[in-house]
Amino acid sequence: MDGALPLPAPLRSASLSLAGEGEGLPFPEGRGTAPEAQGEGGAQSRASYALHLGDDALILGQRLSEWCGHAPALEIDLSLANLALDLVGQATSFLAHAAALQGQGDADALAFHRDVLDFTNCLLVEQPNGDFAQTIVRQFLFSTWQHLLYQRLATSTDPTLAAIAAKGVKEVAYHAEVSADWVIRLGDGTPGSAARMAAALDWHWRFVDELFAPADPALVAAGIAVDAPALRPAWDARVAAVLAEANLATPAARRAVTGGRRGHHSEHLGHLLAVMQHLPRSYPGAVW
Amino acid sequence: MVALTLPHPGGFAACPSPAFAGEGNARREPSKGEGGSPSADRVWAVLATVPDPEIPAVSVVDLGIVRRVDPTAVIITPTYSGCPATHVIETSIRDALAAAHLPHDVVTELAPAWTTDWITDEGRAKLRAFGIAPPPLGMGARSLMNAGAAECPRCASTDTREISRFGSTPCKALWQCNACAEPFDRFKCH
Repeated sequence: MDGALPLPAPLRSASLSLAGEGEGLPFPEGRGTAPEAQGEGGAQSRASYALHLGDDALILGQRLSEWCGHAPALEIDLSLANLALDLVGQATSFLAHAAALQGQGDADALAFHRDVLDFTNCLLVEQPNGDFAQTIVRQFLFSTWQHLLYQRLATSTDPTLAAIAAKGVKEVAYHAEVSADWVIRLGDGTPGSAARMAAALDWHWRFVDELFAPADPALVAAGIAVDAPALRPAWDARVAAVLAEANLATPAARRAVTGGRRGHHSEHLGHLLAVMQHLPRSYPGAVW
Repeated sequence: MVALTLPHPGGFAACPSPAFAGEGNARREPSKGEGGSPSADRVWAVLATVPDPEIPAVSVVDLGIVRRVDPTAVIITPTYSGCPATHVIETSIRDALAAAHLPHDVVTELAPAWTTDWITDEGRAKLRAFGIAPPPLGMGARSLMNAGAAECPRCASTDTREISRFGSTPCKALWQCNACAEPFDRFKCH
């Protein structure tokens, strides 16, 4: 918290009604692509990329922290809290990098003083925790992707992104492993747990395509950003293998729901931000 | 909800410490900058007294998180991205050096990423004496899930089992010894 307020918050929240109602958000394609994302590997485009990497980690970290003290068993309570901690740590590094590239603010300003429309996280991570199956499926789909992403990002020509990813990939390997373990345990568990897992897969599957949307081509060409579509075959193979072991069917392809990268979010994100940002906004400059 | 470490006031000093196997792995020791100048040596000596806030039995030097000492700065690297101890460590180092009239900035560098292979032999011995099984050497990040059975820090048995992959801090898992029933923390291979 350094008091830097990059955006006039009340003005931005006036257009909150753009956020959709969950399913089937029919946002016109091509609309709202941030001008800076069309640069040529410049600082602004790179900042946008760092921002979306940071937002993914931050929002899922915040979601997972909601489980702290509420998870069904001590083991998984500790697991989810540790996952949250890793993700918030990665987010801090990404957001600090984004702030440096933008030449203003810091990680805290970006986390606490932006509104819904300025967040570029994928829609998957903002989905509510739901029941335990929903949380586990969301984590498994995301961590499997993030692990592949960080493996590639660790060779980015942006040395800061590479360093964050090289560190994070070791942490995310655990996330992918522990969530896959639970997918198998619950999918191959009781009829009740299997039905909940199938329902959770059915809900979250619509948010998967967004993970593989291409980044700014100039950034990819410059070796800064990961070629996300190229991650899909490895992700498909890994997910199919785990689901098979869990006796769960891979959901049929369906119309993708996207928009998070352009700031078009479900109504859930605003509620999450209200909790996360309440204190620094109500008491600007508060310190321990 | 991270700083739940329960210190063992007396440690396990009364238990016979298992023989400490010599480790021949190529390990990246921190480079001692300034060519081992007297002032750098004094800085390192002070750093060796700065405890890790979550595992006070070991110092920040034992853990291998001090990478270099420059004339004006101490360069450290975090263990885990989100380890909340990192901020405490920065402050502790700055305060300890200021108190010793050796004021230095503390700079955090992410690359190269910290690995448990950087925990010194002395640090490993201290962890074991504290009741924490040190991480195996040279496992690499890819094998972190299959690091094999832990050695009980109390009775040295390898007949042990994992209770929970996540423990009281990001860096530890919960294990239990089948031979002596001692529950213990295992430092995760990272």
